[in-house]
Amino acid sequence: MAALHFLANPARFRRFSQRVLPALWIVTALALAIGLYWGLVIAPPDYQQGDTVRIMFLHVPTASLSMAGYLLLAALGASLLVWRHPLAALMARATAPVGATYAAVCLITGSLWGRPMWGTYWVWDARLTSYLLLFFLYLGHIALSRAYDDSERGDRAAAILAVVGAINVPIIKFSVDWWNTLHQPESILRLGGPTIDPSLLWPLLWMMGAMALLFVALVLLRTETEIDRRRLEIAENED
Amino acid sequence: MGVAALFLRDLRLVWRRPGDVAVVLAFFVVATVLFPLGIGPESNLLARIAAGVLWAAALFASMLSLDRLFAADYEDGSLDLLLLAPWPLELLALAKCAAHWVVTGLPLALLAPLLGVAFGLDDSSLGVLALTLLVGTPALSLIGGLAAALTLGARRSGALLALLALPLCVPTLIFGASAIEATATGESFVVHLAILAALALVSLATLPWAIAAALRQAGE
Repeated sequence: MAALHFLANPARFRRFSQRVLPALWIVTALALAIGLYWGLVIAPPDYQQGDTVRIMFLHVPTASLSMAGYLLLAALGASLLVWRHPLAALMARATAPVGATYAAVCLITGSLWGRPMWGTYWVWDARLTSYLLLFFLYLGHIALSRAYDDSERGDRAAAILAVVGAINVPIIKFSVDWWNTLHQPESILRLGGPTIDPSLLWPLLWMMGAMALLFVALVLLRTETEIDRRRLEIAENED
Repeated sequence: MGVAALFLRDLRLVWRRPGDVAVVLAFFVVATVLFPLGIGPESNLLARIAAGVLWAAALFASMLSLDRLFAADYEDGSLDLLLLAPWPLELLALAKCAAHWVVTGLPLALLAPLLGVAFGLDDSSLGVLALTLLVGTPALSLIGGLAAALTLGARRSGALLALLALPLCVPTLIFGASAIEATATGESFVVHLAILAALALVSLATLPWAIAAALRQAGE
């Protein structure tokens, strides 16, 4: 916690991230290269799904990370509202587009997988629908934080939205589950859950880590940019 | 008490200019009428989609009326006075949302069964339709109130308000429409209505604080 407060100073954070980021990029690139080679080449095709199972190596990590990203957004929002950490606002600004992109990649890869497996690009499956709504929540956050001439107002408004949105995510999830089971109980088009073979599970876990590293690296890079942008804004206003 | 005075003031403002409410109700009617025109007059199909169409149209209608909820006060400075007032801002926000509900949610709930007749809903479904709107629209007023408070002074605030509020309104929409559908298929609607009421109560218990926080940062 003390370390968090220490890094809450934007200038200090920028120095820290500039030192960390080059190493992080190298690790991320290596991890992604290994993970993709493992998942796309070495891992065996699934006995039922064939090679389409490889979409999972991108789909599942982006799914969990986009959900985790929204929680991060809410945590950043709360720390902006409670402690008024200036860095939290900048980091939230940096996180939202990355999270939205992950959610979009998750939806796109999901529909590409759905075409050969379910015979259609889109079904109103509960899980798909709740990720679509998560994507919309991200879009709302991005639009709101950039809708003000005074960017600090946008930050605070978006912070309140992120906190309320995070409380709503489980409610939305629950109601969408209910909605779907009400309309089409027969279409439980799900994989075998945790009964996944180790030869597929390990590359999946590896890719999860690699995509998480990529998420962190992108957020750090974008936060640096936001700090610079905010400095320029201040300098412009002084003239 | 200031909270009651604010509530009555908002009602009086609407009373003196009833056109604002009439436009929202007219939008609701016109929007619902477009569906049979677009889909075709087959009565089985219309009765099947009536619940969803009426609920979605009610949702849009209440969003449409929300962008002025705090905007007028924000522009003429009344909001600054409300921020300085000796009453909790949470209660004042609640009073404004309650006034909004009385002039939109309530009339929508009363008007919807008439449109339901045109869609060929049976009698019991009509009653449930009015009941779900009566129970569910307070949640819409509160969620929309939060979106309205967050978008005060923003660019393109009307479209932004809808983008923020609509995903949060999904649970209300789902249970509102499913209660009517359950009635139509002969099941009990009580479970759906109870969850709908729970959603409205959770909104009532939490959102006034969020709205007040949003108004405070708008007033800073």
